[in-house]
Amino acid sequence: MLGYILRRLLYAMPVLIGVNLITFLLFFSVNTPDDMARSQLGAKYVTQNAIEHWKQQHGYDKPLFFNQESVGTGKITETLFYTKSVSMFAFHFGRSDGGRNIGHDIVQRMWPSLALAAPVLLLGLLTNIILAIVIVFFRGSYLETGGLILCIILMSISSLFYIIFGQYFIGRVMQLTPISGFSGGWHGIKFLILPVVIGVIGGIGTGIRWYRTLFLEEINKDYVRTARAKGLSQMRVLFVHVLKNAMIPILTGVVVIIPSLFLGSLIMESFFGIPGLGSYTIDAIRTQDFAIVRSMVFLGAVLYIAGLILTDISYTFVDPRVRLK
Amino acid sequence: MSESLLLEVNHLSVGLHTEAGYKKAIKDISFRINSGETLVLLGESGSGKTMTALAINQLLPAVAGYSSQSQVNFKHEDLLSLSEVQMRKYRGNKIGMIFQEPMSSLNPVFTIGQQIGESYKKHTQLTSKAIKAKVLSLLDAVGIPAAKKRMNDYPHQLSGGMKQRVMIAMALAQDPQLLIADEATTALDVTTQYQVLQLLKTLQKNSNMSMLFITHDLGVAAEIAHRVAVMYNGHIIENSNKENFFNKPLHPYSQRLFDVLPDIDKRDRLLKAIPGTVPPITDTLVGCPFANRCDQAWEICHKIFPKLTKVNEHKVACHLYTTDHVPTSIQHDKQTVLKKNKSSGTILSIENVKIFYPIRSGILQRKVGEVKAVDDVSFILKKSQTLALVGESGCGKSTLGKSLLQLVDSTAGCVNYQGRNILQGKNSIQLRRDIQMIFQDPYASLDPKKTIFQSISEGMKIHGLSNKQTLLSEVDRLLDSVGILKDYKYRYPHEFSGGQRQRICIARALAVKPKIIICDEPTSGLDVSIQAQILNLLKNLQSTYELSFLFITHDISVVSYLADEVAVMYLGKIVEQGSVYQLLEDPKHPYTKILLSAVLRAKKEQKTPAKLTGEQPSPIEPPTGCYFHPRCPKAMAQCKKEYPKKAQFGENHWAACHLY
Repeated sequence: MLGYILRRLLYAMPVLIGVNLITFLLFFSVNTPDDMARSQLGAKYVTQNAIEHWKQQHGYDKPLFFNQESVGTGKITETLFYTKSVSMFAFHFGRSDGGRNIGHDIVQRMWPSLALAAPVLLLGLLTNIILAIVIVFFRGSYLETGGLILCIILMSISSLFYIIFGQYFIGRVMQLTPISGFSGGWHGIKFLILPVVIGVIGGIGTGIRWYRTLFLEEINKDYVRTARAKGLSQMRVLFVHVLKNAMIPILTGVVVIIPSLFLGSLIMESFFGIPGLGSYTIDAIRTQDFAIVRSMVFLGAVLYIAGLILTDISYTFVDPRVRLK
Repeated sequence: MSESLLLEVNHLSVGLHTEAGYKKAIKDISFRINSGETLVLLGESGSGKTMTALAINQLLPAVAGYSSQSQVNFKHEDLLSLSEVQMRKYRGNKIGMIFQEPMSSLNPVFTIGQQIGESYKKHTQLTSKAIKAKVLSLLDAVGIPAAKKRMNDYPHQLSGGMKQRVMIAMALAQDPQLLIADEATTALDVTTQYQVLQLLKTLQKNSNMSMLFITHDLGVAAEIAHRVAVMYNGHIIENSNKENFFNKPLHPYSQRLFDVLPDIDKRDRLLKAIPGTVPPITDTLVGCPFANRCDQAWEICHKIFPKLTKVNEHKVACHLYTTDHVPTSIQHDKQTVLKKNKSSGTILSIENVKIFYPIRSGILQRKVGEVKAVDDVSFILKKSQTLALVGESGCGKSTLGKSLLQLVDSTAGCVNYQGRNILQGKNSIQLRRDIQMIFQDPYASLDPKKTIFQSISEGMKIHGLSNKQTLLSEVDRLLDSVGILKDYKYRYPHEFSGGQRQRICIARALAVKPKIIICDEPTSGLDVSIQAQILNLLKNLQSTYELSFLFITHDISVVSYLADEVAVMYLGKIVEQGSVYQLLEDPKHPYTKILLSAVLRAKKEQKTPAKLTGEQPSPIEPPTGCYFHPRCPKAMAQCKKEYPKKAQFGENHWAACHLY
């Protein structure tokens, strides 16, 4: 098991190096430091001097990969790739183009993101599983047909609608929750209720339909017939025998996104004014702060790889047939 | 044995709600089972056996419905009038059930102890400690060694035979009065099958339990039955006690079931195959359902359904026994006697072939061991003859077959074909043409997105055997030779039945005019009546095209009918080889002897086989010395030390055993 994890971490390194290199190349070939300086300075009459000054100030005045003028290891280390990209492996994200400490911002902002994303995931999972199993229990009845039609309707509506409708109807007309905003500590809960509910509802249609497929697939397997031949009730067959088997794909599908919860949701956070990493990314894109965007892309890749490794490990806990070597 | 009535099924009819409306499937069947008695429900797939079993227990899928006359009386209580909740008191309690596939019938995420214990939780008030003790004694009773340790195992940690024992333990947990066994031994190897059948018989004797035993295998029926009921197209067409049925089956279909069994006595002629296929169970035919496949049918058979009537001690549904005016002109087709090709020399010689799979471990994936799938195997395939490679599952026979076409990489050894080693280097296109393969599963071995014309002609195009003009006529000729209507050539595989698909696979193999065909269990997925058709076809093709067959199988009766020479494999090694007569009539190796005696025969006196104990060991760490010694009844001290040398008996017969 330990050997397996070590091996997977080892395999993850080339992937991360690839992600790092490719994002660096993309960002710096599409958008050279000169372009960055121009868009940041923003004024109409930017002089070459001002550009050079900006680049020097923000550390963009070095060559891309190889520094001829430097000596020793400096030839490699005093380059844009080393200072801006390779340093991210040590989670040194440096300063944003606007001058902020990105590492500090990330640590600050990931908690609000988590405060929104984690309840959405957990509550969503719970509702989807329960509703899916209820629909499966009443299979062949009108309840199933009605439920499925409702799922398709919920799926077809854009999540923006839920957000705007919720903010208008629940926040403004009924005044049950604040329309947007955030505060730390337990007081923050009142701000989170509406976005969490909307997040859960937004995922219900796809979630139920997917879990229902999983349950139906299990319910037709031979072991279900064996369980019924033992004289077990439908409830016990569904909630013990079928559920435990169907939880294998459900859980592993969830585990892969757990690390990415820190990254938050782009849309929800900016609509509800939650100062998480999602809105941080959106703001950075809007202000063309590429240092932040690059950091977030790299962080996303790291967390996704972590999710994949966690998924494989979680298999050993839910499926006795899987043993990692 | 007390003769009290336990189960009485009266006028049971079950229909299915399909897209084409309500279709009758089980058509008005009645039978009785006394306590302590075993009724075998015999029939080919799609005859309604499983549906009958599920109907008794009310486990049918939601699309099925009973007719109003149907009655299932269990100790004079009509089960069909019970509610689902009341019915649960019968299931697993008074009626136990075992299913065909032990691999998928157990829940993979619960330990076997939990799964067996569940039955006690449902039907008794025992404490969990008492349940544990019960489960332990049950596992002991069904012959699972080290039951205490095994209890906490998950199903995947057990072999197929062990899983079926667990299923039996689960079914027997509440000492049911009726055990329904649905093809309970079909998925098992012959030696395991024999063990499981003996176990069921012993358990039955001890508790006076009744059994409804569903099978398609006459040999199994002969071993376990007290009574036999034959099903066809959802009807029971014959019902009799075992002795009468096996001495003189009355229904033409039952008679034919015996005729189609391959056997050593039938080697020189074609099997009396039943033409056509079993009609779908949802078809309700006018007249006798078997009439259009029956060689004794006349007008009345196509018009009036024959009722099940008593003839002496028998019950049979056939006009032959109820009408006085049986036309005498009924033709009995003559048996074609086959000419036997004289063999002329070697076509393929296999020398010391080894196929090892590395086992890797650790961060750097270093090799830490080997699975010896095929371990130093040599034999010779003679021209236009059939060599059968026999062994139980996991012995390496299929791997060896695939390696001859380089579908599996071999580790060492050589296979000489026309003066060159075909295991090494890139195989020439000519070689691919000369050696073809027919696979076990005809459902999976045809490309579903290609018409059968495309599948058959593909090889001909690759090898440049045909141009555009002749391609069509050539495919027509091939389809004709395997008995498929040439009008069907633009159809897709899913439009054919299993037997037809296997014919198409054979046509595809023949298309490139091969010299050798490797047949990997080509009939084991087919019903016996279809198997006979395919065996006849193979036999005919062999004599027409002078083909050589390497026939890989576990089925001894097929071997006895088709093979000229036999090689028996155990754990990657050939333990005995000889001509079919030498090997079947005078086996030398203890393993061969046990294997042969475990084969259940429908008509012959059953020899009591020497008991084969234990499980086939893992090919990763084969036992020291002779691989078979831990299970061999005649093992000596020497057997543990060294692998035995070949002992010759006559020209071509040898066995690797220290006894000789």
